[in-house]
Amino acid sequence: MKFWIGVALAVALAAGLALSGTNEYFFYAGYVVLQFVVLATAWNILGGYAGYVNFGTAAFFGIGAYTAVVLFKAAGAPLGVQILAAACASGLLGFGTGLLTLRLRGIFFSIATVAVIFIMQTAIVNWRYVGGATGVQLLRPPAMPPFDSYTRMLFVVMAIMAVAGVCIARYIEVSWIGRGLRAIRDSEEAAECSGVPTLKLKLFACTVSGALMGAAGAPLPMYMSFLEPASSFDLNYSVSALAMPMIGGTSHWLGPVIGAILLGSVQQIVTVTISNEINVLVVGVLLVVFVVAAPDGVLGLLRRLKWFRRSSG
Amino acid sequence: MVPPLLRITGVSKHFGGFAALSEVSLEVAPGERFGLIGPNGSGKTTLINCVSGALRNESGSIEFDGAEISRLPAYQRTRRGIARSFQIPRPFKSMSVLENLVVPLEYVAHRRTLHTADTWEEAMAILRQMRMAEKADSPSNLLSQVELRKLELARAMAARPRLLISDEAMAGLAGNEVDEVLEILLELNRAGITIIMIEHIMHAVMRFSQRVICLDAGRIICEGAPAEIVKNLEVQKAYLGA
Repeated sequence: MKFWIGVALAVALAAGLALSGTNEYFFYAGYVVLQFVVLATAWNILGGYAGYVNFGTAAFFGIGAYTAVVLFKAAGAPLGVQILAAACASGLLGFGTGLLTLRLRGIFFSIATVAVIFIMQTAIVNWRYVGGATGVQLLRPPAMPPFDSYTRMLFVVMAIMAVAGVCIARYIEVSWIGRGLRAIRDSEEAAECSGVPTLKLKLFACTVSGALMGAAGAPLPMYMSFLEPASSFDLNYSVSALAMPMIGGTSHWLGPVIGAILLGSVQQIVTVTISNEINVLVVGVLLVVFVVAAPDGVLGLLRRLKWFRRSSG
Repeated sequence: MVPPLLRITGVSKHFGGFAALSEVSLEVAPGERFGLIGPNGSGKTTLINCVSGALRNESGSIEFDGAEISRLPAYQRTRRGIARSFQIPRPFKSMSVLENLVVPLEYVAHRRTLHTADTWEEAMAILRQMRMAEKADSPSNLLSQVELRKLELARAMAARPRLLISDEAMAGLAGNEVDEVLEILLELNRAGITIIMIEHIMHAVMRFSQRVICLDAGRIICEGAPAEIVKNLEVQKAYLGA
């Protein structure tokens, strides 16, 4: 019940902000932070619950963005349709990637997922219809009322996706599926011998995770009015999507949310106040600090604090 | 005569050029207490890996309850009624002891039901049967060695098996702990579960089993009642050298 009140509050807050007089730049930056909430939450379904570290986030994200471009160019499809189609395309990519790679374990799986980025990027670079290597310019349609700017509207759309993503992740986490995925992370052999269909479950997680990543990428072309392969298949998306759950805590749906808001905001502030290059460094440094000092992330720290208080008081 | 619960016919398995199992055939009757012994590297664990589905045998057939299972993935064999414990305990260490049992219950026995309360109650009942109810809520990475062994058996039991394979469930335990685990296994057998016991602790296998097979270098060298096995010259040679 508390969770659903939180969900309603989050959506209401985002919509309220977008309709208020807040500075336009807030939404421009806030969109990126929310986009990382979706990416981090999506990554955590496979990476956090099942322990399969996926480096291919950028591939799913980029394919989502390009699916939206294709639909927009070919049929002038509305944003909602673009997002759904992007989720399907990236979900399919997740399923295919999973079929090919999920028999690999540990680092071998991770390496295979990096390859997916390069394959997808190369394919797009060589596809003239979507602009090839030079990219494609897009003309935004007018914003839908009641929003008076397109950026504000995208901010709310991304907020809704973030909330939906978290609901999906939470459902998976607390259901039998989540318990199966955790069993896989703890011991795949023991899971299989306990009746858990490990391959099916991993494929499911990889598909859902990919679909959410694709959905997160779908509004990107409209957000920038422009799309080109190098920045949409940027490895930084993969690194951030992995670093954020690690920093927040991977065992709970709240972890990626905390990590994404924390790291995403710091990145936005650093980009504006110092430089765009330094913000990549911030991810690396924070990740190292957390892996060394708080391997269970912010949530782990909080839990330890609680335990400490209880045992000392 | 009752048809066997498990029938292994001509099963072979190679790792590179090393023949871990060559043409092994055996049968286990329903309700039997069956002992599998042999020196280290003789193929005991490979054999049960082939039965449980962790490995695929290259030739021969494995029938369970009259149906060929040697091409089924491990989780389907578990659902048909074959459960095992692991020689080196593999608890789901991010979960509590009770939750460890809920995994097989949810994925095997209660797959079609939605009454989660029943699942947790049954998990608790199994823990009580294993005499570790007081550990239900402890994290499974904080257990002692004997508790880990019992958790392995409890988790296998939660899959409601007809055939339980206990892979060295007693290795490294103290004398009274061995007796405790042995008593639990006998109790399970009285409840109608067929048990294959792999063990190095001879007095335990001999006390437990109705029939024993000894493997050496991937072949069955001797089969019989415990008393015959200990007197068998080949077995003595395999264990003690010529």
